[in-house]
Amino acid sequence: MSQTVIRVENLSKQYVLGALRHDTLRDQLAAGMRRLAGRGTASPDQNRIWALQDVSFAVDQGEIIGVIGRNGSGKSTLLKILARITRPTRGRATIRGQVGSLLEVGTGFHAELTGRENIYLNGAILGMSRQETQRKFDEIVAFAEVEKFIDTPVKRYSSGMYLRLAFAVAAHLESEILLVDEVLAVGDAAFQKKCLGKMGSIVDEGRTILFVSHNMTAIQGLCSRAIWLDLGQMLEDGPTQQVVSNYLRSNASGTHAEQTWDDFASAPGSDEVRLHRVAARPRDGQPQDAITVLDPVVLEFEYWNQQPGLHLNLSLFVHNEQGIMVFNTAPLHEPVWHGRPFPVGLFRSVCHIPGSLLNDGTYRVTLLVVKDQAIVLSRHADILTFEVQDSSAARGAWHGQWPGVVRPLLEWETELRATLSGAPVERDSSTTARS
Amino acid sequence: MSVKVTQPRAGEPPLTVVEPAHRLLDLDLRALWQYRELLYFLIWRDVKVRYKQTAIGFTWVIIQPLVTMVIFTVIFGNFANIPSDGLPYPIFSFTALLPWSYFAQALGQSGRSLVGNAGLISKVYFPRLVIPLVAVSSPLVDFAVSFLVLLGMMVWFSVTPTWGVLLLPVFLLLAALTAFAVGLWLSALNVRYRDVSQLMPFLVQVWMYASPVIYPVSTIPEKWRLLYSLNPMVGVIEGFRWALLGKSSPDFTVMAVGSAIVLLLLAGGLVYFKRVESSFADVI
Ligand SMILES: Nc1ncnc2c1ncn2[C@@H]1O[C@H](COP(=O)(O)OP(=O)(O)OP(=O)(O)O)[C@@H](O)[C@H]1O
Ligand SMILES: [Mg+2]
Repeated sequence: MSQTVIRVENLSKQYVLGALRHDTLRDQLAAGMRRLAGRGTASPDQNRIWALQDVSFAVDQGEIIGVIGRNGSGKSTLLKILARITRPTRGRATIRGQVGSLLEVGTGFHAELTGRENIYLNGAILGMSRQETQRKFDEIVAFAEVEKFIDTPVKRYSSGMYLRLAFAVAAHLESEILLVDEVLAVGDAAFQKKCLGKMGSIVDEGRTILFVSHNMTAIQGLCSRAIWLDLGQMLEDGPTQQVVSNYLRSNASGTHAEQTWDDFASAPGSDEVRLHRVAARPRDGQPQDAITVLDPVVLEFEYWNQQPGLHLNLSLFVHNEQGIMVFNTAPLHEPVWHGRPFPVGLFRSVCHIPGSLLNDGTYRVTLLVVKDQAIVLSRHADILTFEVQDSSAARGAWHGQWPGVVRPLLEWETELRATLSGAPVERDSSTTARS
Repeated sequence: MSVKVTQPRAGEPPLTVVEPAHRLLDLDLRALWQYRELLYFLIWRDVKVRYKQTAIGFTWVIIQPLVTMVIFTVIFGNFANIPSDGLPYPIFSFTALLPWSYFAQALGQSGRSLVGNAGLISKVYFPRLVIPLVAVSSPLVDFAVSFLVLLGMMVWFSVTPTWGVLLLPVFLLLAALTAFAVGLWLSALNVRYRDVSQLMPFLVQVWMYASPVIYPVSTIPEKWRLLYSLNPMVGVIEGFRWALLGKSSPDFTVMAVGSAIVLLLLAGGLVYFKRVESSFADVI
């Protein structure tokens, strides 16, 4: 029998945006004077936004719920209200049980204090009693792997050590309900893995978690149910797989996975060559379909050539989210048209990116139209944007961000060369595996 | 705030209801009590950091009031020849500087306290009153250190305290409450209006001249005394001089008026603070 521990009813939160708040007493007094003098507006048209609007849901004990949505969709606001940091404008929330909130790691850490001192301080800030912190102390230190530095001021820590210690304290909170906001994106890959493991074990203890993250793999790995917020409203509440894939699909359509110009005169390009259509899609799908790391990707370019006899080629620059150019490619080995003069007409060039090459993330494609392999006729920055999504089929138990610019699926071989007794091993006991 | 936490019957988890409605004043002392360890740790942090950061930490706390006292003695005691009720000017001024420095420090810290702890306020829940409470408590450690210096001076100048010394904690409490009451107003206003913190040093300075730090109360004409005693620090400083030096007999009406003012300021401060506290995290 499970019991409802969080009930949220028509929760709404309105914010007044910064610029129109009176930020100094002087301004406020001046405005008051003007109002007294009968000039100026009585109450300025304030710029308000609903960060959360009529959100309702209920959470049963032991459920772990993923909260997803774009930047500014109200996820943190929801957690802040539940954590009692801010109050709602309308609606209410009823919470049964002690709430621990983890909206940031290392809140209240002081650089001058030692690791030990910060553990106690941070524990108190997060609501742990001194005895509780004392009891967990060794465990926290071991989890953070900072035994040697525990009596060193944290200002001497590397940023990784600092984050590990901060997360370790929070991870040992014992409250029945845990609100976690995007704090797993800390530390290196190994530590992220450890954090996710810890989250998993918290779930196993039967505690209730609300987990905000942009990391869909972590959400899919940890949560059975997800809530999707958009512009403060709840768009969907249901099984994680379904909600996440709907969310990802809506995101993919927000970017320029396809563009078409029907009006030749206003299409981008030069006098010689104008674009007609550009698109990115999974090889076996349409431009609005999601592309996973396993899918081969097809980039299509249709363009009009206006000048007979041009020696044309396209050139692509593909950048990732960090602005790193992942590769540059041009159809220099294209068998049919490369090196031949192009007649006037509509052309279509297609670039095939193999599956299991790109890492997950958003890619921006810049297109160059080149004449005689030397002269750039036109340059189209970021004309295409496509997103490669992670796929749970493509990984093992590891839920964190997969590091690396590319993510090729490489051939591996492992073989047993000798046993402990030193006896030679027969040749066919070797194994081949793909990872 | 608008939050109701119902204490559970044994074995049941607490029930929290978060909603927008607000009552005029709900001090929620139980929440404060629950968070007493946080109060303790934050005071401990302030003290620890203060004494860790400066290389000469401890010495600095002694030197500061001593130097001020020497300057006051030279300028006001010698050049300006300000009367000191027949006491040696150094000890006359140091006895006042003791509660005054505490008050000035507590007022400054509490006024800036909320904005200074913006990170905490926007990321974790705890009763917000903890923050100004910490700010008026941690300077007590400096006070204790300078108090030792005063004891040394009393031996040096062979001054014997009166029985009034037993009332010293009461006067100190009055100073702390004054700083807390005004600090509540200033800190809450400062969240919204950032120029309040620029006003504070000025306020402290004016307040000092309006208090009998460098001169005795006896220099104030009789007809202005009542108005003068609206300043609660008059009673505090008079109390300290009386308790420790035993010369001037204290005017208890001054203290009563001062205390009444403090209570008014405190009640108003609490109401105002509580009224705006739920928006701290949004505005800060
Ligand atoms: N204190 C505040 N004052 C004014 N507006 C705010 C405040 N806090 C948040 N907002 C606004 O409320 C909206 C929701 O913000 P919120 O932080 O909840 O988004 P989020 O979903 O957590 O986004 P992200 O994924 O970037 O963390 C945003 O438009 C934001 O600008
Ligand atoms: Mg957020």
